[in-house]
Amino acid sequence: MKKADAVIVGFGWAGAIMAKELTEAGLNVVALERGPMQDTYPEGSYPQVIDELTYNIRRKLFQDISKETVTIRHGVNDVALPNRQLGAFLPGNGVGGAGVHWSGVHFRVDPVELRMRSHYEERYGKKFIPEGMTIQDFGVTYEELEPYFDFAEKVFGTSGTAWTINGKNVGEGKGGNPFAPDRSTDFPLVAQKNTISAQLFQKAATEVGYHPYNLPSANTSGPYTNPYGAQMGPCNFCGFCSGYVCYMYSKASPNLNILPALKQEPKFELRTNAYVLRVNLDSDKRRATGVTYVDAQGQEIEQPADLVILSAFQFHNVRLMLLSGIGKPYDPKTGEGVVGKNFAYQNMATIKAYFDKDAHHTNPFIGAGGNGVAVDDFNADNFDHGPHGFVGGSPFWVNQAGTRPIAGINNPPGTPEWGSQWKAAAADYYTHQLSMDAHGAHQSYRDNYLDLDPTYKDAYGQPLLRMTFDWKENDLRMTQFMVEKMKKIAEAMNPKALKVSVKGAGSHFNTASYQTTHLNGGAIMGTDPKTSAVNKYLQSWDVPNVFVPGASAFPQGLGYNPTGLVAALTYWSARAIREQYLKNPGPLVQA
Amino acid sequence: MSNEDSPNERRDFLRKSLTLIPVVTLAGASLASPLSAQESSAKHDANKPAAPASHYEPSYFTAEEWTFLHAAVARLIPTDERGPGAIEAGVPEYIDRQMGTSYANGSLWYMQGPFNANAAPEFGYQLKLSPKEVYRLGIAAADNWCHQQHGKLFAQLDAATQDAALKQFESGKVAFEQLPAKTFFTQLLQNTKEGFFCDPMHGGNKNMVGWKLINFPGARADFMDWVERDERYPFPPVSIRGERA
Repeated sequence: MKKADAVIVGFGWAGAIMAKELTEAGLNVVALERGPMQDTYPEGSYPQVIDELTYNIRRKLFQDISKETVTIRHGVNDVALPNRQLGAFLPGNGVGGAGVHWSGVHFRVDPVELRMRSHYEERYGKKFIPEGMTIQDFGVTYEELEPYFDFAEKVFGTSGTAWTINGKNVGEGKGGNPFAPDRSTDFPLVAQKNTISAQLFQKAATEVGYHPYNLPSANTSGPYTNPYGAQMGPCNFCGFCSGYVCYMYSKASPNLNILPALKQEPKFELRTNAYVLRVNLDSDKRRATGVTYVDAQGQEIEQPADLVILSAFQFHNVRLMLLSGIGKPYDPKTGEGVVGKNFAYQNMATIKAYFDKDAHHTNPFIGAGGNGVAVDDFNADNFDHGPHGFVGGSPFWVNQAGTRPIAGINNPPGTPEWGSQWKAAAADYYTHQLSMDAHGAHQSYRDNYLDLDPTYKDAYGQPLLRMTFDWKENDLRMTQFMVEKMKKIAEAMNPKALKVSVKGAGSHFNTASYQTTHLNGGAIMGTDPKTSAVNKYLQSWDVPNVFVPGASAFPQGLGYNPTGLVAALTYWSARAIREQYLKNPGPLVQA
Repeated sequence: MSNEDSPNERRDFLRKSLTLIPVVTLAGASLASPLSAQESSAKHDANKPAAPASHYEPSYFTAEEWTFLHAAVARLIPTDERGPGAIEAGVPEYIDRQMGTSYANGSLWYMQGPFNANAAPEFGYQLKLSPKEVYRLGIAAADNWCHQQHGKLFAQLDAATQDAALKQFESGKVAFEQLPAKTFFTQLLQNTKEGFFCDPMHGGNKNMVGWKLINFPGARADFMDWVERDERYPFPPVSIRGERA
């Protein structure tokens, strides 16, 4: 196979952004996507796409775990079991990756969360961080990333309400977030309309003294053309967002917002059904020579390249590094090694409110994935953690993405799961309920980590990735605190009934129940090669012609959704490749 | 455009889009009147196996299994004063048709061993059995249990006894020999709800009875003018193939 200047492994958001940036820099780029080609046509054609059974229930757009899954155990002395059915998380598959089926909540980051350890030590003292919690700083600041957040929003066509632009308040009383960091320009589109559920949340949150704002949404509030010339139409709140291809060209995706421009680019080639087995290294393991993949016919093919970009889903990046021998694998007993370290997730709690049929019609079939109203009063470090004794924060929101009846029937507490009572409650409450989440940050710990499983294999005979993961005391205390604060909003709505879903004391990670697909860490960025796998430009410390963009670089989980930070970090990394690395290929940061 | 106009435009669009749908798919759509389904359900008696809503012949299930399936789904989503239930929705047909998909063979799941059937529930499904096998073994075990307890098969029991048996399976208090009763019950209930609420093209939710019950508009999927309204959505559902309730 002809040598490429750069080979990109995985064509989701990070892969598409890298492909665009590197072809702009004049490189010949080959992108390898293990899943099939997929796009608005035909996978997202109306009305075929409006099919809950095929898409969400039978998992049409998600990773085919019959071929490769992960194994999971709660503790370092347990035997891990394979995740046989998709449950807690839903990684993507095919062109666009999870960027096809995501919802579109498009945040930046709270600046404090980029320097998590330093900030907590400065404000609360070193002893405040519990034993075994391994949170770190990202090694990059919000100010450094701001231009890349700004550009990513313009590429995505994000709808939202700014608080300040270059220090000037523009969002007070208009739905801006008083806790949001300063911006250099406004959102490309105004915020979307708010559903009845979001309006109820906004009113109730104001009554209890919190500060509601419009969720930043990568669903368009109006027609839009992005900097690459890609065109989007206004979102019509069809309610088939998370888990579906957007038939309206309204939800940002790599396919819609970047691929049309790449298709014009002769230096770019996208190969689908190309399952990468490993990155090939030279004999001293300091330089990658390319990758080996299996094509649709089952043939092993070597693709040589000068530069290798690992931009698969978070845990696939980590697995490829472990399978290839890039960087030292992490050992939880000694705390040494870096690949697999600081695997972190999200810490969710949910409250559902049910109304009498004459009180409110929330019509939850109406929805847009990124749309809603949130409060940040208890996110990040926006409140004094001192008296509460836990690390981390949580935004709360109503995010009515659209619920459909097979998975979306949710009845008040005490209702049976079947029979006439179930049926009557479904009829009485489906259009008279709303759901709110405390979308908690999740911290990293010494013994929550990733390595290769000793027993289970993928369809190609390679070891599966093993997750060693469980909730810790800090996580449970945080989520219980958050749900009490959020309950005040729910109670202010005067509902007929409430259902509170929160992890109790001693809860273990449940792999069968959906939480979020916001998995983090395992190939984390940082300032020290002893404690991070990649440097602040997402470049491998050990193999400098390998870059690893994605949430695998997060040293811990954010309160916000990760995609906005993934996109900004990828643009930041691409800029460093274009402006520094290509002129002088080698380490961009000296260890 | 005014809010009053838009639904009509929507209907126009749906009507026009019908011309794009191949004739063969329309021929397969059920056009039975909802009234006839309700009439047949009104006569439903739990002592007798419910009559199928159509003359569908099962491909996977045996006659005995088919009888069980009808009787069980008729209790899970009963025909009652709130309207049609699983039988009118065609849930047995839906489940049988699903048995011909890759889902039923377990090929959407990671099915390599070793298997640990005694894993804690937090680790999700850990059995070697595919959905097809769960039905084959589960229905036989359920009928066998009913026969041991009551001297009759499940379908021959009265409604109250059937409900009590289903609750036993649901709770996991009953021990089936070859699989946990709860695994069987969970799959049956999940598939029943799928068949009640899926798009009618999958063989269930006939005449969109499931969607009408809860006021879900199906494939309308355009609510720009309804986002901010705190009122009942007034238009009946449409299906992917353009059928209207």
